[in-house]
This record gives sequence, structure tokens and C-alpha cells, in this order.
Amino acid sequence: MKVNLWGTRGSLAAPGPETVRYGGNTSCVSIEDPDGSWLILDAGTGIRNLGQNLPSDLKRVDILLTHLHMDHLQGLPFFAPIRSPDIETHIWGPASTMMSLKSRLQRYVSPPLFPVSIRDLSPTLHFHELSFDMFEIGKFCIVSQLVIHPNPTVGYRIKLNDKTVTYIPDHEPMLGAPTFPRSPEWTSGYDLAQGADLLIHDSQYTHTEYDTRLGFGHSNMKQAFEFAEMANVKRFVPFHHDPAHSDDQLDQMITHAVQEVKPGFDVTPGLEGMILNLE
Amino acid sequence: MAQQQVEVILARHLAENLALPIFIVDPQGNLIFFNEPAEAVLGLRFGDTGLLPASEWSTMFEPVEEDGTPVLPEKLPLMIAMMHGHPAHKGFWIRGVDKKLRQIELTAFPLIGQSGRITAAIAIFWEVSHES
Repeated sequence: MKVNLWGTRGSLAAPGPETVRYGGNTSCVSIEDPDGSWLILDAGTGIRNLGQNLPSDLKRVDILLTHLHMDHLQGLPFFAPIRSPDIETHIWGPASTMMSLKSRLQRYVSPPLFPVSIRDLSPTLHFHELSFDMFEIGKFCIVSQLVIHPNPTVGYRIKLNDKTVTYIPDHEPMLGAPTFPRSPEWTSGYDLAQGADLLIHDSQYTHTEYDTRLGFGHSNMKQAFEFAEMANVKRFVPFHHDPAHSDDQLDQMITHAVQEVKPGFDVTPGLEGMILNLE
Repeated sequence: MAQQQVEVILARHLAENLALPIFIVDPQGNLIFFNEPAEAVLGLRFGDTGLLPASEWSTMFEPVEEDGTPVLPEKLPLMIAMMHGHPAHKGFWIRGVDKKLRQIELTAFPLIGQSGRITAAIAIFWEVSHES
């Protein structure tokens, strides 16, 4: 399967000369089955560009939302297929205990925050609320599970043939794990990540930044590495970069974490536009 | 070992940061955590016990009524919370591992997650003080 990073930034889009390599668009990843099926993970600003690059004969696309924070949603109304009657677009995501997924999305995709209401988009737009059980989309086998981040937020474990990708872009596994990283039983996201061929995971803060942002729902770079090590993944992609971090800072943060943790897995910095082939 | 549900992880985190005695049982009735204030009332340390199966902890603390008759398991608030999915409260006496008899008031409630499933039950309890 082919994994493409269309947006790797967290919190806020951050275009500019300082972020050219890692990219400025917010969270969006696609997974393509060699047979032509597409899964899209999150609808940050990166999804706009993805929408321009889908095969013209595509009949269905599935978007899996981890949560409804703006940086994971802002590109949705600009994703060309949701205005097309020729493509079925299925949106999967968490409901809240009081509101349906569609109602929660409607809060953002409606005036005055957006000029068009979600109900006026394509009639081929479908909504699916996650049940937190395993489910299948075509040949993709998917597990969603709540993870620690403010408001209902899930991570995904996606299996195709014998390869597994875990996607947890917003996650604070330290919270609630008093002996992290030595207590997998008490660490959010562990079951999703365990043994994955590829882990795409939150690594937003530096060590110093994390100290003043405890409970914001994100990891620092070292914690993300430790989480990947604990879960025994094969390859790790640091993701959801802070909008204030330049390319050079991100290089330094990753280099420093590698020196500290000495990981037993491959590390691939999360660069916008990167394509990872899992053979 | 399988990972606990996020709601349970966060409940433990909350319990670790409160001064109220709290313990948490999983849907199978195993005692999966109790905090430091609870350790003082129960007379043992979580670090020493780790997870305790229902068959062990339910007899360890000897819950009794004021007249000394044992409290039936199905009358214990935690069991009511877990089995029936609603909160329950009861005052009774327990004899901790240290053999000291303590009067407590205990409120238990089910921890119902986003999925609507009961992921655990939580008991918050107070030792009754007879000092004015």
C-alpha cells in the first residue's frame, strides 16, 4: 500500500520559507490500495491538494476523521469530491454523547463560519459514526479507539494484506501513565500501535514546551519516540508539527530524540508530499 | 497485557490526583486500581497488590453491617453499579487487612464510555469520623 502525507502540520497551517520542507498544510494522509481504493485520514488543509490529484475515474472515497478540531477539518469544504455527484464520499468519525457526527460537522460547515451548509453539498455524501469496534472498508480492516486528547478523539489501526499502519496525530500518552513508557497496560494508544509496520504519531512539542502545556493533548518529540519504542513499531513518522517550528528546528528535535532514545526502529521525518510504500 | 480503555486510564489519572479514597474495578469485577487515600483506609498498598481478582478483594475487606452481619455481595454499591449500570450508595463497616474495623460511607457509579459500554465502576468512600 502507498501512504502519502498531504499535510503534516498541527494546530494551524504554517506556510512560508521556514517550513518549506516539512510543509505548512495541516493533517491529511492518504492510503492507497494497489487495486485503486483510497482511504483519507483527516481533512486538514492538505486535503485540498489531495482532492486535485485523485484519479478521475474514482467512484468512492472514504475519509476517516480522528476528531473535529479545526486543523483536522478545515480542508473538508475544499475537497473537490464532496461537491461532485459522481463520487460517493463517506465520512467516518466520532460522535459525541449528545450530538451526531453530522450535527457536529454542521457546526463548522455552515454560516457564519462557512458560506455553504453541509446539507447543501453533494447528495452522495454519507456519514458514519464510529462504534469503536473493528470495521472494514473494501479490503481495509480498520480498528478505531479513543485516545487521550481533549474532546472525543480516536486513533486508527489500518491493516491491508499483511501490513499495518497506525495513525494517531493528536495524542498525549504520558497523561494517565505514571510510569510511562514502562506501563503499556496504562498507556493510551498502545493497542493501536503495537507492532505496527508504520506509526504516524503526534510529536508536536519540545521538552520545554511540553512542561508548560501539560494536558493540551500532545506529545513532545522524545515521548513520541518512547511511545513508538514501547509499541515495538517498525517505522516511525513524527507528525503534527507545531506551527512555530521551522524546518531547521524540526531537524534538530528529531536528531536530538534519536540520540536520546536510540530507537530500534526506522525514523522517517514527516514531510509534506512524502510517499511511503509498504511492500 | 491488553491496554485499559482510555476512560479507565483517565479515571485512574484523576484518582491519583485527588485526596478522596477511590478504587476502580473492571467489568469482570477485578480491582484494577486504588489510590493513596484508599490505601490508608484499606490497610494495604496498591504497589504491593497490583490487580486483585474479585474473588480476592471482595473477601479481603470483610464488609459488615452495623450489627456485624456480612453485607451480601449483591448489596455492595460497586456490584450494583457494575451489574445494573446505575449509581448506588451505602454506609457499612469494613475490616481492612490491618484488622482494624472502620465505618465508611461509599458511593459507586458505573463509568459509561462514549460507546455506551460500561468500562469500569468507581467507588468513592469516606471513613466516618465520630469526632465532633
